[in-house]
Amino acid sequence: MRDVNVLMVGVGGYGVILASDGMAEIGMVNGYDVKKTDSLGMAQRGGSVVSHVRWGQKVFSPMIKKGEVVFLLAFEQLEAARWASYLNPKGIAIVADSVVVPVSAVTGDTPYPKWDAIKGILSQYSDKIYLVPAARIAGEVKNPRAVNMAMLGFISAFLELPAEAWTDTMRRRLPAKFMKSSIEAFLKAAAEARAAIQAKEHKR
Amino acid sequence: MKQLLSGNEAIALGAYHAGMAVATAYPGTPSTEILENIARMEGVYAEWSINEKVALEVGMGASYAGVRTLVSMKHVGLNVAADPFFAASTTGVVGGLVIVSCDDPGEHSSQGEQDNRHFAKFAKVPMIEPTDSQEAYDLMELAFDISEKFDTPVLYRSTTRISHCKSVVNVTKERKAATAKASFKRSPEKFVMVPSYARIRRVAMEERIARLQEYVEQFPFNEMILADKKLGVISNGVAYQYAREVFKDASHLKLTTLYPLPVNLIKRFAKEVERIIVVEELDPYIEEEVRRLGIAVEGKKFIPIIGELNPEIVEGGAVKAGILKAATSAPAVPATPAPRLPARRPQLCAGCPHVATEYTLRKLGVRTVGSGVELSKNDIIITSDIGCYTLGVYPPLAVLDTCACMGASIGQALGLEKAGVANKVVAVIGDSTFMHSGITPLIDVVYNQGTTTVIILDNNTTAMTGHQGHPGTGISARGEKTQAVDIESLVKGIGIKDVNVVNAFDLKAIETTIKKCVANNAPSVIIVRGACPLATKKKGTPLEVDADVCSGCLDCLKIGCPAMTIAENLACIDAEACNGCGVCSQICPNDAISEKQP
Repeated sequence: MRDVNVLMVGVGGYGVILASDGMAEIGMVNGYDVKKTDSLGMAQRGGSVVSHVRWGQKVFSPMIKKGEVVFLLAFEQLEAARWASYLNPKGIAIVADSVVVPVSAVTGDTPYPKWDAIKGILSQYSDKIYLVPAARIAGEVKNPRAVNMAMLGFISAFLELPAEAWTDTMRRRLPAKFMKSSIEAFLKAAAEARAAIQAKEHKR
Repeated sequence: MKQLLSGNEAIALGAYHAGMAVATAYPGTPSTEILENIARMEGVYAEWSINEKVALEVGMGASYAGVRTLVSMKHVGLNVAADPFFAASTTGVVGGLVIVSCDDPGEHSSQGEQDNRHFAKFAKVPMIEPTDSQEAYDLMELAFDISEKFDTPVLYRSTTRISHCKSVVNVTKERKAATAKASFKRSPEKFVMVPSYARIRRVAMEERIARLQEYVEQFPFNEMILADKKLGVISNGVAYQYAREVFKDASHLKLTTLYPLPVNLIKRFAKEVERIIVVEELDPYIEEEVRRLGIAVEGKKFIPIIGELNPEIVEGGAVKAGILKAATSAPAVPATPAPRLPARRPQLCAGCPHVATEYTLRKLGVRTVGSGVELSKNDIIITSDIGCYTLGVYPPLAVLDTCACMGASIGQALGLEKAGVANKVVAVIGDSTFMHSGITPLIDVVYNQGTTTVIILDNNTTAMTGHQGHPGTGISARGEKTQAVDIESLVKGIGIKDVNVVNAFDLKAIETTIKKCVANNAPSVIIVRGACPLATKKKGTPLEVDADVCSGCLDCLKIGCPAMTIAENLACIDAEACNGCGVCSQICPNDAISEKQP
């Protein structure tokens, strides 16, 4: 049972908290000790959101130490760059291809960085970077809210639990209306992740 | 059964299983979810009180009737409730009375940072504090037991990182039947605090603390973990978790009874270890008490007194103290410094009913920009209050001059006026904040013949904390319909003659009304009415910019709407994000913004 430290980051109102609740729950159901904590405060008003999720034999601190993040799961590109320094050198950055431009970038003098610049920042901490076509997957299953399920699907490919360990919990927790599309998004993203991992290994 | 619960959920469930019959609260981050959870439980009377003082007074009444009662609030809420808090300490209780204070180290969502452990000692009230959700659940029953056994309210402290952290809870109990049926037994020497009776209670308070001092020595959740005896770490709350994470091999003393402290246990621990360090958030509360026992102790020399702790900060302290050599997991240092990234501050939402008023106040009242600059005579001073609208202090609105504590805007406005400033003063306050503590200062304005204009931003909810009801909404904590207090009649009843109600999205009406009221040499109230779109979940038809008409002046961006961006030097609206409120279209000098054609 290895320790799994996931930092889930994004923008208020885009489902990061729901996804991190799910991530924690799945860990608990599958026998891990689990802690998770969010910066909630004023996040609902469009601020940055960050959730720390930890699985382990015994977890003390709910917050992950800088440099010990094994998975940076970013639901938005700029937020991936903002939290890059938390990554462990062996860590993996999984970034949804979505962009939410903050007001300060519209009216201020600091523009929203291009993906190449964001990738550059991330690669100073780790060379394992994956861009997830989360919006495309959500579009394919016709459920715009399934972005967070796609993100969970993508990370699941890196962890040892079988897909059913995830989907069983999702079946228990998700409302019937979104069940089918959510699980579909999860499985599609997991398949994409496996292909991406193989492609990366092939390159080496 | 194992459940993944936040600290607040565990507090609520623990109280429920301990037989709580009454729960009161005023919403405030990070405490809000406690009452939200209780309000969904059967067999408990739960209310959003008008403010924390009233919440605790309702709690005292319920306790006097013999039932177990929980009162919850954020740290600064206990400042508001300080008067009844001390009074409850004096009278003692009948049914268990537990007051939950959720402190916010780091000020994630607060106007100030304070360490409410001092309140316990100050008011001579026992205090307990959990280190995770399991303890949050387990300690609650003991808190009620202590309250009843020692005839005292109990202060139950949590912090943001306990309240808002989810961890595994083994739920072992079921709901105890609510304690004895409510009944009140006359006992004036206990309940009527005239000086002669209060003096008797004063003695009882000291005797109670002496008995508690013995009790906490045996408290099962204070825990000594002996390992490497070169270092002993004393900690409480979430700091205990960081201490265990960072000082892996050391001996630990975990404290959950923070007042009184188990002094004999601390002395025993001190004898076992060579060097003692205290890891605690905020003030050196434990450290100073330990030092008073004549024990050599370090703490704030290495651990910051300001802000929230985390594992890196505690590790940094350990390195400074010479305990650890260097950070065990120093993050990679990037070869080139990271470029500046645009900030993502919290902001007023698309379709927010506060935007038009703050935009207008900026336009009419802010002639002089910059800190510390003399105002011109046409500037209007804008005192503000606690709520979403406080976000108007940030650019591009950048409109507010003060924000201190709940309800302060109105008294401050009167003070500025009576001190004799040459400028007109406008106070801005939300509907929930007005109910909480804006009514009494408005009476003060009338009584003392102030001329200030008070703008009540009425979005029909307590928005910032996640849309709780308040007396103006007519919806109870359980979501049931109740009598709504009519703000208009209320302010008229106080004696305000110039009372105005305007639509929150009608720029022209807002501007004319503010101009009229500011010119009036009598006190006036403007109720700006418009529902919070996050609460109603209603979405209007999105607007769009006609690129052929837009001149690129970008005036519309001055409202700071998150749905607006710039594309090829012209204004551009994100139809997904736009709520269709229409404020930007009223600003546009070229009529370039209109409803999106399907």
